[in-house]
Amino acid sequence: MSAGTPVVVIGGGATGLSTAWWLRREGVPVTVIEKGIVGWEASGRNGGGATHPSSPLFREEQRLWPMMDELLGYPTEHQPKRIRIAVTPVQLVHAEHTAELAERQGFPVERLDPKALHELVPWVGDDVAGGLLLHYGGHANPQRTAQAYAWAIQDLGGTILQHTTVTGIRVQAGRAVAVETDQGTIGCDAVVVAAGPHTARIAAMMGIEVPVAPARAEILVTEPVPLIRHGGADGNGLYGRQTLRGNLAYGGGPHEWIELADARTPRPVNSPVVRSLARRLTEMFPRLGHVRVIRSWAGVIENTPDGRPILDRLEDPSNVVIATMSSVGFGLSPASGHALAQLVTRGRCDFADLTWLRLGRFRGLAADWREQAGWVPWSAADNVTMVSTG
Amino acid sequence: MPYPIDPTSLAGKEFPVTEHVPLLVLGGGPAGLAAAIEAARCGLRVVLVDEHPVASALIGLDVPFMFGERLDPAVQNKARMTERVVAARPELEEAFEAGVDVRLGVYAWGGFVTGATSRTLPHPLLGLADEERSWLVSFDRLIVAAGARDLALAFPGWDRPGVMGARGADAAIRLYQAFAGRRLVVLGAGTLGRNVALAAQAAGLEIAGIVDVATLPLPLREGAGGRGPRDIPLYLGHAVRTTLGAMDLEGVRIAPLADLDAAFDIACDTVVCAVDLVPNVEIFDLLGCAIIWRAQQGGFVPSIDADGRTLVPGIYAAGDCTGVTDAAIADPGLAAAAGRRVARAAARDAGIKAEALPPAPPIPDRASDRDAIRRQWLASHVDATRADLMICRCEEVGVRDLLGVRPPRYLPYNGEKFAARDLRTLAADGPVNQDQVKRLTRAGMGACQGRRCREQVQLLLAMQGNQTTGSISLPSYRAPLRPLPLNVLSAHDETKQMRDNWVVWFGIPGQWLPQWEPLPDDADMVYESRVLRDFET
Repeated sequence: MSAGTPVVVIGGGATGLSTAWWLRREGVPVTVIEKGIVGWEASGRNGGGATHPSSPLFREEQRLWPMMDELLGYPTEHQPKRIRIAVTPVQLVHAEHTAELAERQGFPVERLDPKALHELVPWVGDDVAGGLLLHYGGHANPQRTAQAYAWAIQDLGGTILQHTTVTGIRVQAGRAVAVETDQGTIGCDAVVVAAGPHTARIAAMMGIEVPVAPARAEILVTEPVPLIRHGGADGNGLYGRQTLRGNLAYGGGPHEWIELADARTPRPVNSPVVRSLARRLTEMFPRLGHVRVIRSWAGVIENTPDGRPILDRLEDPSNVVIATMSSVGFGLSPASGHALAQLVTRGRCDFADLTWLRLGRFRGLAADWREQAGWVPWSAADNVTMVSTG
Repeated sequence: MPYPIDPTSLAGKEFPVTEHVPLLVLGGGPAGLAAAIEAARCGLRVVLVDEHPVASALIGLDVPFMFGERLDPAVQNKARMTERVVAARPELEEAFEAGVDVRLGVYAWGGFVTGATSRTLPHPLLGLADEERSWLVSFDRLIVAAGARDLALAFPGWDRPGVMGARGADAAIRLYQAFAGRRLVVLGAGTLGRNVALAAQAAGLEIAGIVDVATLPLPLREGAGGRGPRDIPLYLGHAVRTTLGAMDLEGVRIAPLADLDAAFDIACDTVVCAVDLVPNVEIFDLLGCAIIWRAQQGGFVPSIDADGRTLVPGIYAAGDCTGVTDAAIADPGLAAAAGRRVARAAARDAGIKAEALPPAPPIPDRASDRDAIRRQWLASHVDATRADLMICRCEEVGVRDLLGVRPPRYLPYNGEKFAARDLRTLAADGPVNQDQVKRLTRAGMGACQGRRCREQVQLLLAMQGNQTTGSISLPSYRAPLRPLPLNVLSAHDETKQMRDNWVVWFGIPGQWLPQWEPLPDDADMVYESRVLRDFET
């Protein structure tokens, strides 16, 4: 075990675990506090994508993923490259727009005509508009990766406290000095709040306002089919991938804004949206109509008002770092953890420009920002009442 | 000024509902049929759905029972199978006469109710499907009579064709009259095993023996009395060492537990695993009904009151899915009585005058016996197996993989790192969770979604950690509860509103524009033109 007062990371999701792992790699004593099981919420329920050209962490994301299995010592199932499928000409235009951003940063994109696309993804229909082969990006298994982070932290002597709920944070003279939990109080040298949708509640314990709105989103998975060369093939309004086992895991479509009543995350249920996911998958892969869907699931993610992460070392308390990835956290986690560890140890990130990801950009945000955006729970019953009472 | 709604969210969106049903009954076994008939006689409009006859493709996947590939090709003819199901269940005729709208060959794959993360749903929905398409129905009340399924317990060779479950055998012999075997060995000398043996004999099949690891006296096996039904050889205190036959199953090799080397062979073409049954609670889990562990009732069961009301208003439970006891296995009349009682309660809740029926007789508490028998079966066969014993057939996870928390075989196995990781180290980090073990080993992650392994995995995790079986919490169930082809599950009837506003992820412009720059003033327009509206209608 490492000696000294630890940096306490609140939240055992991909972002928090990666941060703790990077800190441990630098020899910093670290304790991760997780209310349940590591990677249990959104970090273990997402599509596994690792292709985020709009992020300042993109280049680091691309640099790190091919090394992660070796660095962590456990398999993440990372696979390089992505294929964007355009079923219609409109979708091809949209795919081009999103690829442009990576091309501008020097990452090559290969245009695929229907024939070339069909060779790489034999499941597409004859009338497919075309596609792109991205010579960057990739995908990994979120559940295996979250556990790999956790085990790697332990292998390096870090501590992970599962089934431990944070109840308070003690601040003295402008510094967080201890984290109180239902299992006891832990003295801390610094605190990283990476609690996903619970980040706002945890930060509020220090009087800090972090604007995030939680929502539920869903995804489905089929039985395995024979492996294609690049499993990270998606489009037609879906994100997703063929897993190394051969299953097709695809999500997308409408989310549902929710409210968190307390420290627990309510069980995210599925809705009949799963039928619409199946429809889009059938449209994209008409040759796979017979393949069976075996399961679906849902997860809870949070978004900031502009949809961008908050990665910020605060001025007061000066040893607190706030981290939310605004619903796009898993794929960027190798890089976000690296950046956050630097914010803890150096106060700044030396490989990415995080200027526009500071908490201060939300100063003066209207108290009803969620209502103004329509990012609040909506119920048919309430709506009917509103109409009937005029 | 009214606040807007987020057009890319579920707010204000509708799911197409094919029909609204005052009382939906799920399951056409004794409990479901009795409930439907009783409710119809009370004056309720009732629709009953039952999945039998199931598609032959599902039979091949051991859904919903362990069919062990022992059904003849007649099952491919759905019309013919429907006739046989109607013939095998005379109460169906009675249900037709009572005015029940009966839908056979219809799967219930999803259940959706309003809850903490599903407030937009205006009313409860059930997802149904046949072989061609899926659809949604709404209901005022739902009586779930989903029955019980086979408890799979591993032994060497249990994963080969010819090994089936008690419910699978019963369906093959009596419901579908399409059983392809001739000579059976039954595993399990309790009431269930006896019933299977008697039904098989009545159908003119030969029973080569009944085998059980337990020895008498067994509370659950009273009535076996040292001899099987009609002088069938009874092998108590024996375990299965292996199955025989290169291609087709030709027999089993069994041995006394006291001397595993004293093995001998019994010729047979079918092995029926009839040790125990498990209540079907999957739909209750989807519907958010509280589920509790009751070993004496066969496992996890919905929490219900004396009239079968679950904790979710409007959802009721009757029959084997509320707990399957020896008494209920021996006498289907108990399930039918429960169905009638629950139907009366549902009718009363609907405002119809209907007298309450007397409560069910109390269940003898034999929790430890029943759990002990299951443990003994599994432990005996793990011990009796020199090689690794397969537990999850879909994902090929053996006992050693499971207890070692090893990654699946398609991944490189780094012995050194992983050797230091197993179930014990996982348990040191917190209570063992079956879903977590599933994520790491894939046990239960296959096409059958754990139907053939979740109870075994639960038992093995509990036994390894010296925990009670019920302390391993229920691994989650998710839609679709039956493996449905993509083009069947597909929302062919999706609304224009859903299609027009579909986005891959939230639809927040700032997420997709360079985040190393401030958000441009025209972000919404840029986003609208470049990313949104993948679907033009």
